[in-house]
Amino acid sequence: MAFAGNFMNPAPLWHNGPSPGAFYSFPANTTSMGPSRETVSDFKAHSATPITTTTTVIGLKFDKGCVIAADTLGSYGSLARFRDCPRVLKVNDLILLGSGGDYADYQYLKDIIEQKIIDEQCIGDGLNLKPKSLHCWLTRVLYNKRSKMDPLWSNYIVAGIQDGEPFLGAVDKLGTAYEDAAIATGLGAYMATPLLRDAVDKGPIDEETAKNVVQKCMEVLFYRDARSFPRYQLGVVNTNGVTVSETIELKHDWTLAHMIHMK
Amino acid sequence: MQIDLTWTCRKKLKETIKIVPNTAEATHYGSLPHLYRDFQNLLLQIVLKKLITMAASVVDTYTDPSMSWMNAPHSTGTSIMACEFDGGVIIGADSRTTTGAYIANRVTDKLTRITDHIYCCRSGSAADTQAIADIVTYHLNFHKMELGEPPLVQTAAAIFRELCYNYRDSLVAGILVAGWDKKKGGQIYSVPIGGMVQRQAVSIGGSGSTYVYGYVDANFKPNMSKEEAKKFVTNTLTLAMLRDGSSGGVVRLGVITEAGVERSVILGDELPKFYEG
Amino acid sequence: MSSIGTGYDLSASQFSPDGRVFQVEYAAKAVENSGTVIGLRGKDGVVFAVEKLVSSKLYEPGANKRIFHVDEHVGMAVAGLISDARQIVETARSEASNYRSQYGVPVPLKYLNERVSMYMHAYTLYSAVRPYGCSVIMGTWTDYEGPQMYMLEPSGVSFSYFGCAVGKAKQAAKTEIEKLKLADLTVKELVKEAARIIYIVHDELKDKQFELELSWVCKDSNGRHQLVPKDMAVEAENLAKQALADIEDSDEGDI
Repeated sequence: MAFAGNFMNPAPLWHNGPSPGAFYSFPANTTSMGPSRETVSDFKAHSATPITTTTTVIGLKFDKGCVIAADTLGSYGSLARFRDCPRVLKVNDLILLGSGGDYADYQYLKDIIEQKIIDEQCIGDGLNLKPKSLHCWLTRVLYNKRSKMDPLWSNYIVAGIQDGEPFLGAVDKLGTAYEDAAIATGLGAYMATPLLRDAVDKGPIDEETAKNVVQKCMEVLFYRDARSFPRYQLGVVNTNGVTVSETIELKHDWTLAHMIHMK
Repeated sequence: MQIDLTWTCRKKLKETIKIVPNTAEATHYGSLPHLYRDFQNLLLQIVLKKLITMAASVVDTYTDPSMSWMNAPHSTGTSIMACEFDGGVIIGADSRTTTGAYIANRVTDKLTRITDHIYCCRSGSAADTQAIADIVTYHLNFHKMELGEPPLVQTAAAIFRELCYNYRDSLVAGILVAGWDKKKGGQIYSVPIGGMVQRQAVSIGGSGSTYVYGYVDANFKPNMSKEEAKKFVTNTLTLAMLRDGSSGGVVRLGVITEAGVERSVILGDELPKFYEG
Repeated sequence: MSSIGTGYDLSASQFSPDGRVFQVEYAAKAVENSGTVIGLRGKDGVVFAVEKLVSSKLYEPGANKRIFHVDEHVGMAVAGLISDARQIVETARSEASNYRSQYGVPVPLKYLNERVSMYMHAYTLYSAVRPYGCSVIMGTWTDYEGPQMYMLEPSGVSFSYFGCAVGKAKQAAKTEIEKLKLADLTVKELVKEAARIIYIVHDELKDKQFELELSWVCKDSNGRHQLVPKDMAVEAENLAKQALADIEDSDEGDI
C-alpha cells in the first residue's frame, strides 16, 4: 500500500534511510567506539497499553445457534469517551464475531476480515468461511503479533454454525484459544461466566432462553463493571443466518436503593 | 500542544547513542512537501526525535525509575473541538503551545488545512501532528488529481487513521478531521491516540476537553444554525481554556460549508464571561 | 488483410507507416470471435447479459463463467479470450481492494475504470508483450451517483455507456439496445430485455450451444453485484425463448 507497504506488516516509519551516524562512518570507526549500527527498527517501540478500550463481550451457545452481546462504549482510561462503538460483527451468513479490548486493533482486524470475505465472494464458488477456520486464523494472527512482542490488544469471540452445529470459541490477545458453551472476556469472565454456565449446565436451552440469560448478564455487568454502558448490541447466529441488532437500551433497576436505611 | 525538549534530550543522548548533532537538528519545513525529499525529511525528523526521546528516557529512568519515556516528555495541552451544524461543520481551537509550563506560542493556529473543504484540529505533539497533517495533505492532493474531484472527508480520516494506527507507538497525536463533501455533507471524524476512527456529530479533544464533556453533552443539539453552533463551540472552548492550564489564549474558529472555509478569531479579552469564583 | 506480410503487424511496439498498431487491431478481432456480451444501464441499476458459447458438451453446466465480481459493488462481464479476461478481473480486484484499504471507502467506478484502462493500455506499448485479447464491461450502482457503466477495449480505451455490446453479434445487439428507452427502464424490465436480445442475436446455425448468464447491480440489491435471482432469470429466459419463437413463426408466415 502506498503509505504503509504491506497491510499486515507496515514498513518502519523510516526505512531505506541512513542509520544514525551512517554518514560519518569512517574506516577507523569499526569498533564499538564508532557510530551506532542500530537501525530505526531496532528501536521500534511496541504497544505497551491499549488506548481506546471496550469492555466485556459475552457469548452463549443454545440448541440451534449462538448469541453474542457487547456494549457500545469506547473508554479512554476511565473517561467514557465514545458511546457508539459497535463491536458485534456479522462476518458472513455463518459467522458472528465479538471483540473486546483496544478498539483501534479491532477496527484494523475488522478491515482485514471484511476484505477476506469480499475476496471469497469474488471467487463466487458458493463456499463460505466457517467459524472454526476464522477462529483458527485469529489464533495465528494474534499469536504472531504477540510473538513479535507487539500484541493486538484485544480478545475475540467467534460464534457460528459449523456443519450445522453451533460453534463458540474465544481467542485472547496472546493467541490462546478455547471452545466453550459459555464465554465472557474481561471483567465479565468473573461475573458473567458463572451466570452463563448456570444456564448451560441445566441442559440444552433454546434461543429465547439464551437471549434472556445474556440480557441478564449485560444487566449485572452494567451494575458491577465500571467500564460498562447501558447500550449494547445483540448478535444471533442460527441456521437461518446471522443477525446483529440495532443498539438496545438496557433496562436497569435501582429499587434496591430503597432497602438501604438512610439515617 | 507541547514542543519537544529536543535540545535537553540530545545532551543526554550523546552518551547513549552516537548520533551526529547536525542530523538530529530539527529543521524548519514548509507546510506542503512538494518534493519527495521534503517528505522524507519530515519522516526523518519524527524518527530522530523518537530516538532522542527514547534514548533520553533510558537515562531518565536510570536516575528516576518512576519516570518512563512514555509519560515523561509528552503530554497533550490543548482544547480543540468540532461540531456539525445545518449545512456544514464548525471547528475550533485554543491557541496555546507550551514547553513544559512555558508558553512558547500564545497565538498558535491549531486548525490545519488539508484540502479546501477538509481541515484538521491537532492535539498532542506539535511536531508529530504537523508532520502527519503534511503527509495527509500530500496524499490527498495527489488523490484529488487522480480522482478529478475533491476527496471525501471519510477518505482523509482513513489516511489519518492508517498513519496514526501503524505508528501508534511512535506518535502522540489526537486529531479531529472535519470537513464537508458532496456525499455526506458536514462530517467529523475523531482519530484519538491509539489510531481508531469514529464519526461523531460533535467531538472534543486535547487535555482541556476533559473538563467540558458535561457541558457539551448538556448543550449540543443536532441541526443547529451556524450562529448557534459557533456560539456553542466558542463557549465550550472558553470553559475548557479557563480550567485547563495548558490551554488558553484566543479561540480560533473555522466554518466549513459547501462554499469553503470561513476563518475567524475571538481574542482572549473578548471571550464570553462565565462564573469565576 | 493489408497488414499481412508487411512486417508491421508483428509487434505492438511498432506503428505501421499509416499510423496503426496492428497487434491492437488483431486483439480486437479476438474479441469479435467471442460470444456476445451486453451491458444495459437503466434508471436504478446496471444489467449484464452474456451469451456464453459452450464449445463442448463435455463441460459441466456453469463452467467458464464470463461474469465476475470485482468488489461488493462492482461487476464485470467479459468478452474475448477468457484467460486474458481473468487476468484483467484479477487486476481490477486488487485495485479495488487496495483502494478500500487505503481510503476506507469502496472504489469509485470512474477511478477503477481509469486504473484498469491504464493497465490494459500498458500492454499495447511493448514488443515483449501482446495486448489483451478481451473487452470488459464494468458496472455499479451507488445511492449517491446512481448507475454507472464503462466498457474497456484491448487498446486501453474506455467509455461510459448507457448501453453497450461486444462480441460476435455486437452490431445486431446494439441495434436492439438502441430501441430501448434505457433511462426509463428498471433493472427488472432490463433483465427481460437483455435475455431477449441475447437470444435474438444468437446464431443457432454457427454456434449450437450456449448458456445465458445474467447479473445485476442495482438499488434492489443494495448496490451489491450479484447474479440475477434464479426465478427471475428463468422467467426472463423463458420469455426470451418465446419471443424468439414468435419471431420465427412470423418469419415463416411471411414466406
